[in-house]
Amino acid sequence: MKPREFLSPITPATPAGPLVRIGLTYAALVALGALFSLPVVWMLSSSLHELAAVFAQPYRWLPVPLHWENYARAVTILPVPRFLLNTVLITAPVMAATVLSSALVAYGFARFRFPGRDALFALCLATMMLPGQVTMIPLYLVFAKLGWVDTYLPLIVPSLFGSPFYIFLLRQFFLTIPPDSEEAARIDGASRLRIWWSVVLPQARPAVATVLIFTFIGTWNDFFGPLLYLNSPEKATLTLGLNLMKTQVLGSGVVEWNVLMAASLLVLAPNVILFFIAQRHFIRGITMGAGK
Amino acid sequence: MKAEHRQGWLFVSPWVIGFALLTAGPMLYSLYLSFTSASLLSPPQWLGLENYRRLAADPLFYRSLGNTAAYAAMGVPAGLLLSLGLALLLNAPVRGLGFFRTLFFLPSVTNTVALSLLWLWLLNPEFGLLNAGLRACGLAGPLWLQSEAWAKPALVLMSLWTAGGQAVIFLAALQGVPRELTEAAAIDGAGPVRRFFAITLPMISPALLFNLIMGLVGALQVFTQAFVMTGGVQPGSEGGPNQATLFIVLYIYKKAFQEFDMGYASALAWALFVLITGCSALAFRLARERVHYESEAA
Repeated sequence: MKPREFLSPITPATPAGPLVRIGLTYAALVALGALFSLPVVWMLSSSLHELAAVFAQPYRWLPVPLHWENYARAVTILPVPRFLLNTVLITAPVMAATVLSSALVAYGFARFRFPGRDALFALCLATMMLPGQVTMIPLYLVFAKLGWVDTYLPLIVPSLFGSPFYIFLLRQFFLTIPPDSEEAARIDGASRLRIWWSVVLPQARPAVATVLIFTFIGTWNDFFGPLLYLNSPEKATLTLGLNLMKTQVLGSGVVEWNVLMAASLLVLAPNVILFFIAQRHFIRGITMGAGK
Repeated sequence: MKAEHRQGWLFVSPWVIGFALLTAGPMLYSLYLSFTSASLLSPPQWLGLENYRRLAADPLFYRSLGNTAAYAAMGVPAGLLLSLGLALLLNAPVRGLGFFRTLFFLPSVTNTVALSLLWLWLLNPEFGLLNAGLRACGLAGPLWLQSEAWAKPALVLMSLWTAGGQAVIFLAALQGVPRELTEAAAIDGAGPVRRFFAITLPMISPALLFNLIMGLVGALQVFTQAFVMTGGVQPGSEGGPNQATLFIVLYIYKKAFQEFDMGYASALAWALFVLITGCSALAFRLARERVHYESEAA
């Protein structure tokens, strides 16, 4: 985002005008920024308090001394390392399968002419709007027949078939790549699959990164899929495990909000770190969706 | 078949197979199930229209429909107004906006279960930050999720906190408004309010339509917050005080996966599908004449 010129011609010519406007803008930004960040600050503060301090009135914002043991308790109250491993075991194959299958399909839509292509692409875009509730019951029954319930297969296998939004995103990116280098490779006798892998994908790195990041966020934080398909607590993902922890902690006498907040922060942390590393990818992905 | 055609089909075949196996096939199967007595344990028996007759007379279906409509009616316009406001602020000609953009955007890309636990604690009537703040202003805060009247507004409030995603879309649209247009209008004597309604708003109307439809579709499918925040410790207790947060998707989930009434749940799912498609089509139709696309003007 380019900083705009400080004195824009839109603002009135009186010298006080722009200063007042800038002051009001900052005042609104700071007020809204405080409203948006207070919940997180409070979460952090609660997660480091001892239990009695969490219920103290008036609330003390600064947790002194810092009770890091809440975090230790958050990872031992339920087998959180196990949940983390489970989440990785689902997320990693889903990321790889999603990006590869979506990029294959996207390349097909971007670079080949065949009858029915445009209608098929329109159908693909239309399925983006489809609410998943219509298909979840039959899919569950089919996966149950296959004996896949309480395994990771129902969460992983669908990613082998490409995802409409990422197909769209990658196709748009492929269309911006000049086809010269692909044609040169074809003259050299390379197969289309080989060209896709070694000529096109390396040039599409930014779009591939966006897809990987969005898939990570979507899979890491998915609640509904694991809720439906994973019954055994030891197979739970972090997100599902957090809900199990809620049930356990809320069911005990005094609710350990400090431990629940610590656990929630641990689940949020990878998202926040990734967000700070790759903010422009988030923004690209989100605004691409709206641009169609 | 020409090699080019064959290869094209080969490249797109993963999606075509997936569409048949994971979308089209299940949709037809779901339609069939909605006319049967399917459950997890027994084979489906043909019931004809029985499930739809049952649905038409089911007070809980109407309750969930009303709850979902109320949630969408409060949350969607409020979310659009807030995110447009945030985007206008973030488009102002001042410095240091990147920091605020990050701040507003961050809650919208995180984990709904974790955020639900945070809000469960924020909304705690006795010790939560929200009611502590209200008390500091001399107001008695409501019971929020434990009150039939305040449970839905509480969830709307939480949804507003994640309005940053929509704001980013508005911001991108605002940055695409040519400055010559607003400058020319300013020279012609149009004030900021006039410029906003006569130029900015029409220019960003595609983003407005997109956010409206995505917001609507999202609100009609609200599930996780209600499941995590308004259930007690016992499974099956979700739905809040006097079913105030029994939304359609939550009701479908309970029927299908807690009571294993798959046939009836399929009928409910089709009712939701028709509702979502109808609402989106209506929004498109109403907006078609009002939305300004750059390519048409050229």
